[in-house]
Amino acid sequence: MSKAAMGDAPLLQVEDLSISLPPGAERPLAVEKISFELARNEILCVVGESGSGKSMSANAIMGLLPRPHVHPVAGAIRFEGRDLLQLSEVELRDLRGSRIGMIFQEPMTALNPLMRIGEQISEVFDAHGLLTKRERKARVVELLREVGLPDPETLGESYPFRLSGGQRQRVMIAMALALEPAILIADEPTTALDVTTQAQILQLIKSLQERHHMAVMFITHDFGVVAEIADRVAVMQFGKIVEMGPARKVLNDPQHDYTRRLIAAVPHFEPPDRRSLEGPPLLSVKSLEKTYVTERGLFTAGRRVPAAQAVSFDIKKGETLGLVGESGSGKSTVGRCIVRLLESDSGEIRFGEIDLARLKGRALRPHRRHVQMIFQDPYASLNPRSKVGTIVAEGPMAHGTDRATAMARAAELLRLVGLDATAAERFPHEFSGGQRQRIGIARALALDPELLVADEPVSALDVSVQAQVLELLAEIKQRLQLSMLFITHDLRVAAQICDNIAVMKLGRIVEYGPTRRVFKDPQHSYTRELLSAVPGRHWSIPEVSVEAERQAVRS
Amino acid sequence: MSTAAASPRSAQAQAFRDFWKRFARNKGAVVGVVILLAVVVLAAVAPLIYPQSPWSMVQRPFLPPLAVDGFLFGTDTLGRDIGAGLVHGARISLLVGIVSTVVALTIGVTIGALAGYYGGLLDDALMRFTEFFQTIPNFALAIVLVAIFQPSITSVIVAIGIVSWPPVARLVRGEFLSLRSREFVQASVVLGQSNLQIITRQILPNTLSPVIVMASLMIAQAILLESSLSFLGLGDPNTMSWGYMIGAARTVIRQAWWMSFFPGVAILLTVLALNLVGEGLNDALNPRLARKGR
Repeated sequence: MSKAAMGDAPLLQVEDLSISLPPGAERPLAVEKISFELARNEILCVVGESGSGKSMSANAIMGLLPRPHVHPVAGAIRFEGRDLLQLSEVELRDLRGSRIGMIFQEPMTALNPLMRIGEQISEVFDAHGLLTKRERKARVVELLREVGLPDPETLGESYPFRLSGGQRQRVMIAMALALEPAILIADEPTTALDVTTQAQILQLIKSLQERHHMAVMFITHDFGVVAEIADRVAVMQFGKIVEMGPARKVLNDPQHDYTRRLIAAVPHFEPPDRRSLEGPPLLSVKSLEKTYVTERGLFTAGRRVPAAQAVSFDIKKGETLGLVGESGSGKSTVGRCIVRLLESDSGEIRFGEIDLARLKGRALRPHRRHVQMIFQDPYASLNPRSKVGTIVAEGPMAHGTDRATAMARAAELLRLVGLDATAAERFPHEFSGGQRQRIGIARALALDPELLVADEPVSALDVSVQAQVLELLAEIKQRLQLSMLFITHDLRVAAQICDNIAVMKLGRIVEYGPTRRVFKDPQHSYTRELLSAVPGRHWSIPEVSVEAERQAVRS
Repeated sequence: MSTAAASPRSAQAQAFRDFWKRFARNKGAVVGVVILLAVVVLAAVAPLIYPQSPWSMVQRPFLPPLAVDGFLFGTDTLGRDIGAGLVHGARISLLVGIVSTVVALTIGVTIGALAGYYGGLLDDALMRFTEFFQTIPNFALAIVLVAIFQPSITSVIVAIGIVSWPPVARLVRGEFLSLRSREFVQASVVLGQSNLQIITRQILPNTLSPVIVMASLMIAQAILLESSLSFLGLGDPNTMSWGYMIGAARTVIRQAWWMSFFPGVAILLTVLALNLVGEGLNDALNPRLARKGR
């Protein structure tokens, strides 16, 4: 354990903390004998994949464990001379907010929708019985200004629904800061945000931490974010801290196997050199338009949201085109128009001789097999009541293949995506997220498509699983000579797997070209903004050697 | 996941054991199953224990329970054995309950599925149609239907089916509305499955849990409706049913309590058992909801 940068005693000490899980969980202890300390004026990043116990540790400090199912069984959390685990609920309540502040992942649900923002912030003072009404008001304005919200004088009067996700997260931060806590715990505070917003929030947290000399415990799964803000890093796996040290050391010279594996799985920001592809386009999209219209109701005005405007691009055989952009940019809409889950308003989707946009209903069905889709959410995209074999075989069966042939093909495909033969007889809930995504890929391949539309296929997965699924996609694409439209918000992933990139903003493609060119020499200001917002872009990922176990432990 | 080697059959057995474990956690539900099984067994062996028709007069009238050996429940105003009426009545009650529920489910699921899946104008039309049925009191409509068709076992079943499908349609429509936008349904659209295949193979199996729970309660409801119709003399004149027995005995209830008491207890127990089972099914099939309720 390394001493904190500052010489003085640590602010918070966690000693041999163990937290038990209810019987029947995957392991007896959520967190096992973890020890770490947090010094004044430092940012400690706790990194780990889902289920590693990182949020549990934070909740234990805040006294927010879902007792009695989950409770600390050993250890101590020392803060200002007291053991937080021994405190009563009343004492803890007094501590929460005033000495230890917390911000959560979901800014959209963390605020009370029926309460003005100003009131919600002054509630913090109310809860601790501080300040007069007038002082509270002044302090709220001050806080809103400090977290960089526009018009702090009037903003307190508005309701949360008027704010964007990033602005709400700023409000949450203002609430956490209201009583100037010594420690700020941030549990994945930027995960739900767009990349440019994320960059701003990270910047804000860092500058506030410096200004108030706070200690920040920042929980994240993203090594880019770690590279951006961490002073020290603790890596967690299966409830244990496997590696801890100064950020520079852990990021550039990881010691533990697991850390090495995680870091090796982070996609490089530098796009590799790619040969340019020749030949006629397989898919040609010309001036595609789609506007969402909500109909005028009795009391509501109609709304028109242009989701795709004059979108044009080509995909050649064997090409991967990346469609990147932030949420609301219309990238998913374009993908859904191409697989014809959505009806486009106008424009052509030319696939060989046919214009898919013109076909409807029964006429369209036989042509669906050429273009298949891989979905984002591996938990929602498989029918929970169907066996995996049936799920994969359903496509060919819908196109007239008999059941036996289709099932044999399904078994073959399941092997191809790295699952064993017994998988066909099991139900989706028996598989992990990464395995489910493999099943989704097998399903898409079952119809021998020529084009795959992948809508954020790895964004719901942990980073090491993400790397494996991307590897599988690349391998399959190569082997079957497939083309792919890869929709993503993650520029690191796009850099690694896309030949060409189209950047979308508010329904328009603002930049379109070879990946390397777009990354090295972005023309549009929005592309530049996006690229500069990627967390940890200056961190050049070390080439760590990872043993062959990566093949063995398939997600 | 470590249960890789489990064979499908043992997996199914395991799934059933899990289901039973969750079901049995509700003690009332287990009691319900026991009562229900007893009723089913009695109905099944009715011709063996009472080979004679329940209509035939076998002893003198107004015989109180236990007064004569072999007549545990006494006789009615015409000397018919009440015990025979009870067990033969169980057959009718169960038959009407189950078949009319099947009828109601068929209508309700079809209409709800079509409305929820296709939406738009069809949804509007079907839902207005459903509301039309919902605005008429169940029992009044059932009486009218039976009166029009002439009382018979078929007309009673059809009438009960017709008055009880609207809630099923609304439930199934709601489920379809939420399921049709799920990714696995979209995936099957992209695969090129036809609408019928998507409805029957993808969405319908996922709506079954709430429908099963509802069906168990509907059987109870149907038994009550049938009894009420028979009580009013609108049941099939050739079948002995609990409702008819109560109806026939109501004029002598002060002199011969047992004639209406035993069929009443039979109805009460059966309906209670079905409700208990329905609650247990609800706990077992929607475990998350059940836990929240505790």
